[in-house]
Amino acid sequence: MSKDSRKSTEWFDAQLRKAKDDFTELTRGGPDLRSREPAKRPIERESKPFESPAKTDTTQAREAIPVTPSRAEEARHQPSTTARGNQGTRESKRPIAAERSQVSRSPATGQSGYRLGADVGGTFTDILLIEEASGRSFTAKVPSTPQDSSIGVLNGIERVCDQAGVSLADISHVMHGTTVATNTVLTASGARVGLVTTKGYKQVLQIARSYVPGGLGGWVIFNKSEPLAPLELTIEADERIGAKGEIVQPLDEKALKQSLTALSQQGIEALTVSLMNAYANGSHEERVRQIADSIFPGIPISISSEVVPEMYEYERTETTVVNSYIRPVVSTYIENLEAELNRRMGGMQLHILRSDGGLASAQAAKEAPVNLLMSGPAGGVSGAVWMARQAGYTDLLTFDMGGTSTDVALIQNGVAQTRRETRVADVTVRSSSIDVRSVGAGGGSIAYVPELTKALRVGPQSAGAEPGPAAYGMGGTEPTVTDANVVLGYLPAGAKLGGDMDMDADRAEAAVETIGKAMGLSTHDSAEGIVKIVNENMFGALRLVSVEQGFDPRDFALVAFGGAGPLHANALGKLMNSWPVIIPPGPGVLCAYGDATTRVRDEASRTFVRRFSETSHAETLGILQELASSAAATLDAEGVARSDQSTVYQVDLRYAGQGMRLTVEVLPEEFETGGLEELGNRFDAMHEQLFTFALDTERELYTLRALVQGRESAAEAQELASGNGNPSAAKYAQSKVYYDGQHHDAIIFDRALLKAGDRVSGPAIVTEMDSTTLVLPGCTGEVDPVGNLLIRLD
Amino acid sequence: MPAQVIQSNSTPFQNVTVDPVTLDIIENALRNARSEMDAVLFRTAMSPGIREQHDAFPMIANHEGKMVVGQFGSFFWGFQQGYSGTIEEGDVFLTNDPYTCNGAVSHLNDWLMMMPIYIDGRLVAWSAMFGHMTDIGGKVPGSLPTDAAQVFEEGIQIPPVKIIRNGELNTEILELILRNCRLPEWNRSDFNAIVAALRLAERRVLEMASRFGVEELVAAMVEMLDRNKRAMGAILNMVVPENKQYFEDYIDDDGMGMGPYKVSCAMWREGEKVIFDFEGTDPQSISSVNFLLNEEMFKMFLGAFFINLFDPQILFNDGFYDLVDVRIPRGSILKPIRPAALSSRTHMLGRIFDIMSGLLGQGSPDALCAAGFSDSPHFMYSGYDKNGEWYQLYQIGFGGIPGRPAGDGPDGHSLWPAFTNVPNEFLEAYFPLRIVTYETIPDSGGPGLHRGGNGLSMGYQFLEPGEISIHDDRWLTHPWGVNGGLPGQRSNKLMVRADGKNEWMKSKCDRIKVSAGDTLYFNTWGGGGWGDPLERDAEKVSLDVQRELVSVEGAQRYGVVLQSDLSVDESATANLRRQMSSERGKVDLFNFGGTVEELKARCKADTTLEPPRTPVFQKWVTRSAGEAAG
Repeated sequence: MSKDSRKSTEWFDAQLRKAKDDFTELTRGGPDLRSREPAKRPIERESKPFESPAKTDTTQAREAIPVTPSRAEEARHQPSTTARGNQGTRESKRPIAAERSQVSRSPATGQSGYRLGADVGGTFTDILLIEEASGRSFTAKVPSTPQDSSIGVLNGIERVCDQAGVSLADISHVMHGTTVATNTVLTASGARVGLVTTKGYKQVLQIARSYVPGGLGGWVIFNKSEPLAPLELTIEADERIGAKGEIVQPLDEKALKQSLTALSQQGIEALTVSLMNAYANGSHEERVRQIADSIFPGIPISISSEVVPEMYEYERTETTVVNSYIRPVVSTYIENLEAELNRRMGGMQLHILRSDGGLASAQAAKEAPVNLLMSGPAGGVSGAVWMARQAGYTDLLTFDMGGTSTDVALIQNGVAQTRRETRVADVTVRSSSIDVRSVGAGGGSIAYVPELTKALRVGPQSAGAEPGPAAYGMGGTEPTVTDANVVLGYLPAGAKLGGDMDMDADRAEAAVETIGKAMGLSTHDSAEGIVKIVNENMFGALRLVSVEQGFDPRDFALVAFGGAGPLHANALGKLMNSWPVIIPPGPGVLCAYGDATTRVRDEASRTFVRRFSETSHAETLGILQELASSAAATLDAEGVARSDQSTVYQVDLRYAGQGMRLTVEVLPEEFETGGLEELGNRFDAMHEQLFTFALDTERELYTLRALVQGRESAAEAQELASGNGNPSAAKYAQSKVYYDGQHHDAIIFDRALLKAGDRVSGPAIVTEMDSTTLVLPGCTGEVDPVGNLLIRLD
Repeated sequence: MPAQVIQSNSTPFQNVTVDPVTLDIIENALRNARSEMDAVLFRTAMSPGIREQHDAFPMIANHEGKMVVGQFGSFFWGFQQGYSGTIEEGDVFLTNDPYTCNGAVSHLNDWLMMMPIYIDGRLVAWSAMFGHMTDIGGKVPGSLPTDAAQVFEEGIQIPPVKIIRNGELNTEILELILRNCRLPEWNRSDFNAIVAALRLAERRVLEMASRFGVEELVAAMVEMLDRNKRAMGAILNMVVPENKQYFEDYIDDDGMGMGPYKVSCAMWREGEKVIFDFEGTDPQSISSVNFLLNEEMFKMFLGAFFINLFDPQILFNDGFYDLVDVRIPRGSILKPIRPAALSSRTHMLGRIFDIMSGLLGQGSPDALCAAGFSDSPHFMYSGYDKNGEWYQLYQIGFGGIPGRPAGDGPDGHSLWPAFTNVPNEFLEAYFPLRIVTYETIPDSGGPGLHRGGNGLSMGYQFLEPGEISIHDDRWLTHPWGVNGGLPGQRSNKLMVRADGKNEWMKSKCDRIKVSAGDTLYFNTWGGGGWGDPLERDAEKVSLDVQRELVSVEGAQRYGVVLQSDLSVDESATANLRRQMSSERGKVDLFNFGGTVEELKARCKADTTLEPPRTPVFQKWVTRSAGEAAG
């Protein structure tokens, strides 16, 4: 963590408290769920209720609406996501399914199978049904069922099938993004984990990397969190494997049995085995597992040489322990869902979206849930990528701003960058995930002026759901980003767009005024300051994934989603010079698209530390091919035909002596012809792009990895009716916004009424059920055929 | 004569007002640029010291050379005083010579590089970074000879040179330098990495200037310094009393059999100005444990310590320096006279933090921390392996963070920011050794209401014959406890030879021969305890025992009696605590675990090592120290 430690510790503690509260609330099925701000971005995949002047029209709710003629109706009839009170539940019991296909409403013929994406948010569960052959799609939105989210999923599935006239039995694949793994870490509600280490290494998690965050003198305030496998539940195995995989000392099985038997009295719920140098030879770990199996029947055992066969004992142990920690909760969830789905639709295959944006079989997901920690954000990113591609853009920066934090990622050629590290709160594991970076900046971030410096700071502390921003009128008095947006007129206070949600402008102003007083600025200028600072924080995160990785943001479009993303996206587009700014419709459906359109994939990897001179093309190729066939076997088992499988090799390498590795991707045929030399050239080029220089030093292989994925599924986005370019029919109200030190007149548009080709000139505000978009002066937003709003400079 | 800045455009900067929001945005952008410098360096450097342990520090300074963002900066004043050439656009300076930059860096291993950033012919900012090189030549591998009597024995000295002039690398000088290093490729790579980081900072500064305007950027940096000055002024005023506070602490020996060396410091406030006076500090050593302490550097330590203690939101920079006056007697161990050797200054450098704790905490005992892991002890191992290839390891040790107002001290952690351990699997893969033990030492953390962190025991089993060096401290004096907390356990080093013979190693030694099969247990020290151990929750003590961080016997130092299942024996505990409380008498603010005389007297019995001799100072040193004082 690079944030200074008191800040981040406090921030994290607050997150954790809130996550715990939310979780308690969830498990209780409390009445007020929809008004709660989710604890931390990874668990809030719902349409963030934060920034939405919501709509409710309880009297006209219909069961199914053909979208093409009237998206307006669809939106109008969706239940409220209001941020206040609990009135939401009364209409949200009525699920809506809407066919998203242009073709017609006629029931599908059922000639080919269907695949289904299910996204569970805190408020709604979104379902997307796609006919494999035609790509036609149907959606449904039902309330989430936090006590057991599989119920909501099943409700949604029945609903969407009912509306589409599809038999449940015709669904062959269900794709599901889940936040169960993340929540388990955030709420510290995982298993009681026992750990077996090599003798002399019992405290590997206690010592960690000896790192104290927070700069010079940071130790004064640093308090380390407890390891997920407590020391009192850690035992040692007397054994030793050397760095080359040689057995230095055989395993003392007798002593091990005694220690394991003693440990079995401690009521552990999962066991981790992580021995020194097991990345080079896992035989001792396997033997420990065998022995432990007989002493701990029925308790899941994770061994490091299987979960993450990579060098570095602390990281490997931590990753395997996290796997154990979340495994019982995640497997139970997946098992229940799978059983229930099978009961209803028989022969269906359930896939879970992994952190890296690929799909895992239910079985693989249960065994290695550590790969699901970012399943949630991965769904959003995948959906955004998919929607942006419909608009013709494949080089993207994604920008997902919620109540407490913002996630950003870089997409090149339609492929998200991944990294070999996943972080949830203060837990970091070695597992591939879409390279999503988070900053503690969201709609609920609190602005303040420290007494000593008189600087204006925004976040990372957040007003959370309780009391929430002052504008919610729920007792919050501290000024938040949302309050600033209300003061500036970006979140229209008076606009009751089909909803009963009011932003309390007076309270927002009173809150922001405190900043004005402390800084000697007008309330409007203070509000604009708050927005600028929070934009700057998010700009920092976007730079991290772009400029700092050697990418020029001008070559990328910016895709914004999340409850607050569309409000800030135009400003970030200006800061980044990334155009167009793309605002896809409806965040919930976006994630379901992500779930439904990703591909089955598996990877196999091996640490293979060799200088180029110490290995040969043949040896390297041999290993890669072996890895590829191992990964392909997983897809075979999934029923993916070999002809539909594609393979990519990924090689982590570096200059001998360096610590970091860069991942170079190469197609099998490219490696077969180009060999190590080709690999080396690509590495040099990449090193130069990232760090401005390449070295003459010899190159060294580190990890070999083969990634095999299935064919991309066909899906079509539903198209909007074309308009004449003039959005006046969608005009909802006349308003004023404050921007760049001046008041401007601005029109508020109802997004549901906009037609393809309509051009909205800034300053303007476009509202829809679950988010609000701000188009700045000097910019114009154009609606594309599938409903994306593309904002560009005039 | 100080350096002369050449600008083709000498238009003075206008005194523009930067609106507060823009100011905050610029501050944020500069902070980001600084972390980006780190990222580039760590990813591209080659020596494990920089790459894995992060022994390198970036900064960005304003046009006057005042550090605006960074954490280990403040070089420029010293550099500009010591350099007589010109500073021009396209230059990058390299130096490692503490004596020509007034201690901006404090030993030759630290290579400091500085780059002026120009816009339209005007100097607008500086970027700089220094990093610890694994080897820079000299008499021992690792270039940190404890027994060096002069700086000439410690490797190549590089006075400030334009290693890059007008954008052109001076390859001849670079090659000359590298020719003097044992691992030139590491130095070259680290050098490149630092240049890449500096250039990155330059790029960011140029971007900021084009986004906000040059005048605005320059004015914002000045305002960021002023902000810090206002905030620190308030803190100093609040925390530092006008009456004199005094504290002294020691490094235990000089590696030549003499010690301990005393550092004395008095602190008081006169109006808004705070004075630190090191009068009474021992004269310089004949070995290399001297620490050339730059006054600005001390201010920086002070600022970091205060900001973390009182308000981490404050941007840490040089702004408050005018408010602090540091007086260090010339010829003392903190201001040695050339050619005194400097390489092993790490112990004294770390100890400065204990001294600050002890000084600042007296005025406000609630903010007082115990003595911690105030060092970064070194372990070095080198030789030729079976294939005739030279291997050379330099490693930093970690230990117990002290008990603090914030809570228990973490076990086996680092005093220095950003430092991380080198994974043992990495060591075993690249060096002929095996780490047989890597655990913290039970009971080594000082008992207290907040326990001191445990020291670390690292067992190095050597697989090839070679030579090792050990540079450690706190083997004689204790890491002291405060507010009733007890001292932490001291360090020691046990060599178990392949034939089973045990040898207790000296705290500082070089060129010790090892054979395959020998095992060295490098045991670092624990942090001091904070607050009354008798008031620590007995359940916490029980848990620490179940975790083997404290032994059953060790629990009794907290007055806690455990049953056989390690649960708390409530009544026995209550009795024991009552008894201990009445027997111990008055509790002092500090618990040093004995006076230096007492510690020396029982040194042999406690440690098996001979006590160090009282230092004898060379006449010329005492004389010049006396002149400076007079």
